[in-house]
Amino acid sequence: MADTGLTQARRVAGAPTRRAAYEARIRRRSNLIAAASTAAVMLAVVVLVPLAPGWEAVQRSFFNGRVFVETFPGLLEAFLLDVAIFAWCAPSIALVGLVIALCRDVRAPALFPLRAFGAVFTDIFRGLPVILVIYLIGFGVPGLGLPRPWNSPYLWGSLALILVYSAYVAEVIRSGIDSIHQSQRSAAASLGLSEADTMRYVVLPQALRNVVPANMNLLIALQKDVALLSFIGPVEIFRQAGVYKSLMANFTPYVGAAVIFLAITIPATRYADYLMARQQRRRR
Amino acid sequence: MTAKLSLRGVRKSFGEAEVIRGVDLDVGKGEMVCLIGASGSGKSTLLRCINLLEPVDDGAIWLDGEDIAEPGRDPRPVRERIGIVFQSYNLFPHMTAEENVMLAPRRIRGKTKAALAPVVERLFTRFGLSDRMQHYPDQLSGGQQQRVAIIRALAMEPEIMLFDEITSALDPELVGEVLDVLRQLHAEGMTMILATHEMGFARELADKICFLDGGRILEQGPPSELFADPREERTRAFLSRVL
Repeated sequence: MADTGLTQARRVAGAPTRRAAYEARIRRRSNLIAAASTAAVMLAVVVLVPLAPGWEAVQRSFFNGRVFVETFPGLLEAFLLDVAIFAWCAPSIALVGLVIALCRDVRAPALFPLRAFGAVFTDIFRGLPVILVIYLIGFGVPGLGLPRPWNSPYLWGSLALILVYSAYVAEVIRSGIDSIHQSQRSAAASLGLSEADTMRYVVLPQALRNVVPANMNLLIALQKDVALLSFIGPVEIFRQAGVYKSLMANFTPYVGAAVIFLAITIPATRYADYLMARQQRRRR
Repeated sequence: MTAKLSLRGVRKSFGEAEVIRGVDLDVGKGEMVCLIGASGSGKSTLLRCINLLEPVDDGAIWLDGEDIAEPGRDPRPVRERIGIVFQSYNLFPHMTAEENVMLAPRRIRGKTKAALAPVVERLFTRFGLSDRMQHYPDQLSGGQQQRVAIIRALAMEPEIMLFDEITSALDPELVGEVLDVLRQLHAEGMTMILATHEMGFARELADKICFLDGGRILEQGPPSELFADPREERTRAFLSRVL
């Protein structure tokens, strides 16, 4: 027995260490268990779900291959509108969010109105359901009888999204600003830098880097909420799916729309997770 | 001789706690003054008050005959003239060593990178860091970071330098390289005030040692007197603990 212990201790150069061998064994076992349990669950779903009494009907109206193939290109085209709305909203949100966050951080008494504005802005737009803001602004403002193109639902719907999401982004950025240690501001002040320069060159660059993952999550949420604009007019993917549903008396277009959303949001979520994990590692 | 810097009756409280309770101190041009004393005796706060990072509650701080502690004064011009280096370096982690050093002269003096480059390079070379200018703080050792922090303060060409226990966070083998920098500065005639636990260094180089206790300077004098023959019992007790 003592002999085996000695041979193990004096292992050949290049061979795995005792710890590595142990961990490889554990890993093989874990993988095996995971595979077996996944297979069992899949089997249960495949066998049990079709046994449900309404399965035939659900399959016909939600998973109709013919309808899916027919409507998918149209849905994809409508999705381009979602992408476009997202593309012009996102930069505006980043900018407005940053401005609001900075408003909330000003200390000069003369700028108190800015600070108050920042607080009221975030309170209001974080406190309301997105759809309500879209209705109020998207129907309310054009109701003023503005001439074309100022009555466009694209314009006011986008504005609603920008206002709501800016409020969230502002709070995220502000938490980032708060996370920068006071000693950094002290160091900047000790060199004679002004508060504005301290914010711009010392605090903000670090703060913004820290909140990239949190803002990624907001971007993903925005990507989905663009579909809410359909309620005030624009024929984007959700609305288009509704049109197809009525035409073909079949729900499959909604499944198609869901597939398209997931194709974008799942990779984006994974990327956000990756960024978050990388940041955690760095902090350690 | 009139002092470069004079403190008279300086007081500072944080809420209820009075941390500095009437400090008088004179620092001549080119002098090195060391503040010693137990932690919590007010050394750091006193330095932060001199550089106006903490507004003083009462008393006066005369810099070249000008009262810089006057309430309502813009602290920034004073901070340009009095540099401070902290125990925890406080470098800006998102900037290279060179960018750390250049930020203040660029923003405050309006100098260009090109105009600053030779000056900054000379500073890095002088303190043995010419090959570390493009490194980020987390790529440098503690001693190197602390030397960059000193260079950063020197780049504003201050008349007085304050050092707040700048070797306390360093591994023992890195303390020497930072003390060498202080030695060099002292030889070049920089006016310096140090809060320090490096008694050997203080004894060797300081012109004056001040023993702080409970927010007051209990006793001050040249190191030969204060270390060899302290008048106060508390000074004696402190020195017997640290020496």
